[in-house]
Amino acid sequence: MAQKNLPMREAVRAALHEEMVRDDRVFVMGEEVGAWQGTHRVTRGFLEEFGARRVRDTPISEMAIAGVAVGAAMAGLRPVAEIMTINFAFLAFDAIINHAAKIHYMFNGQFTVPLVIRAASGWGDQATATHSHTPEPIFAHFPGLYVACPSTPADAKGMLKAAIRDENPVLFTESIGLYRKPGPVPEEDDYVLPIGVSDVKREGSDVTLVSYAQGVDWSLQAAKQLADEGIEAEVIDLRWLRPLDLEPVFESFKKTNRCVVVEESLPHFSFGSEIAAQIQEHMFDYMDAPIKRVSAMDVPLPYAREIELMALPNAQKVVDAVKEIV
Amino acid sequence: MTMQSVTLDKQRLLDWYRQIVLIRKFETKCDELYREKRITGVYLHLYSGHEAVGVGSVAALRQDDHVITAYRDHGIALARGMDPNRAMAEMMGKRTGVSGGKGGSMHLASRELNFWGGYAIVAGHLPLAAGIALKERYTDTDNVVLCLLGDGSSNNGYFHESLNMSAVWDLPVVWLIENNFVGMGTRIEDSSGQTELVKRAIAYGMKEGPRVDGQNVIEVYDAVSEAIDYARKHGPVLMEALTYRYKGHGVSDKQFDEREDLRHELEDWEANKDPINILGSILRAQDSDIEPELTRIAAEADAVVAEAVEYAENSPAPTYDDLINNIYVG
Repeated sequence: MAQKNLPMREAVRAALHEEMVRDDRVFVMGEEVGAWQGTHRVTRGFLEEFGARRVRDTPISEMAIAGVAVGAAMAGLRPVAEIMTINFAFLAFDAIINHAAKIHYMFNGQFTVPLVIRAASGWGDQATATHSHTPEPIFAHFPGLYVACPSTPADAKGMLKAAIRDENPVLFTESIGLYRKPGPVPEEDDYVLPIGVSDVKREGSDVTLVSYAQGVDWSLQAAKQLADEGIEAEVIDLRWLRPLDLEPVFESFKKTNRCVVVEESLPHFSFGSEIAAQIQEHMFDYMDAPIKRVSAMDVPLPYAREIELMALPNAQKVVDAVKEIV
Repeated sequence: MTMQSVTLDKQRLLDWYRQIVLIRKFETKCDELYREKRITGVYLHLYSGHEAVGVGSVAALRQDDHVITAYRDHGIALARGMDPNRAMAEMMGKRTGVSGGKGGSMHLASRELNFWGGYAIVAGHLPLAAGIALKERYTDTDNVVLCLLGDGSSNNGYFHESLNMSAVWDLPVVWLIENNFVGMGTRIEDSSGQTELVKRAIAYGMKEGPRVDGQNVIEVYDAVSEAIDYARKHGPVLMEALTYRYKGHGVSDKQFDEREDLRHELEDWEANKDPINILGSILRAQDSDIEPELTRIAAEADAVVAEAVEYAENSPAPTYDDLINNIYVG
């Protein structure tokens, strides 16, 4: 399989480009996706190549970006709407939850919403309280929507292509902390990963680390450090928060009997809460220690670097959590 | 009324009369069924009083045009040709309802009629209308979208964002405000700085359409036809039809019981501006022998509604399989 070393944002760009070449119904819309070349450069060169019909700069109107994309998807197009950062998706929350996610159900299947909403997610460098959200689990709360959270450039490509080709609405998040990190990416056009299938990113027998997106990166770093101390961690990347594929987590837990859930987001009513609940419910007999959770601290993110870093999870915090239960 | 000569065709007027009477009788029956707890649930927003707006505007559409509306959707559904049996079955939450009993009164829709549904988040359907219109622009057709909305939705952010985007992209949408002068309970003077809502078109650089008498189906039809023609060729139009809701916001609305001033206002509309009376007078003026035909139309509407109730009540409830299907495609 021919591969190319690309950062995640280039892998996302490659997936979008291939799908736009393949299917005229696929188009992008969002703030600064055209003339500006994309805030994160994901749509660089698109306006010139595909024209203003398929690369649509929008006003700063998140409610309409999401809502218009829902209508266009219902009518037969395959919009890829960009919400510049997921912080602004709160403004689009109604259109995403009440309409993208519900329309297929509430009209009993008469309409489909083959829509992808892309959003950069995560804390930036001192981006402060309103620009540092990672609310993927909130969106994953609602049936009718898929939530994709890739951790590698290759996964980003294969998952985005799957999302665009699927008949269901998908919130596709791209971790800002991973945008520039390179990785091998398959070059062929049909690199499409299945929806709702998690991936064992590292095998190990002593503890199971469960995560997605940025948290996978920290978990792998932690696993490397733990291996130097003789602890072998298995790292499971869920990739999709909906559909949620927990079978590999349960299989892993049967052999490790210990688990740390790692997330970039906040701890209350969180990804970690859900995974821990499901493990205790399904794997109680295999449990040798409490499930630990590593997340951001339960505070709004501040500006000053020293205290911002205190609030955020990292590989060392994962290592520390593992050592509490192994 | 430049196009009146065309629309005064007797058969056409009789068809509109039939539709308006059917909607009135359908809604009156829904109200009755709700009070008897044969229609259950919290929400039932009746179209009584608004009939001429829905019938006149939908009549101006081609089959390949589109229509979408808010939660006061029964009249639009029937005007677009929805089977009253399946509409009534949806009211009763039956498996045979247009939305399988999963949508209810506020979520009627018919994909094959290009009726894109009723929506219950106020103004939430406006961007959907723009999106459907975008698909038509994108694929270079001349189909248009008729988006009905209440005056209450004109102060929601969706209104601003959707109308602006439709203007920037020249989308073929007719934004038709059914202005009944009240949101849920707050009067338009207390909610809008500019109460002449079509004036907002100026702010969006959009074609400002007329404010028409929404109780006169001919006026509605003529004005919407012109707006649709403009939208097909150029882009969006904002227009208003002035109307009145006879049954309050929803069936549980007690305002007419509690407020004498509103009761008088209602009585005035019912006595002097009722869409059935207005069209009936036009028909009688054209043909002094028409009374038996109007009587027959009313009797037929009664029969259609009675059959719809029977069909709905004899239909099965949805099952567990219905509960869990159509959450996702595939």
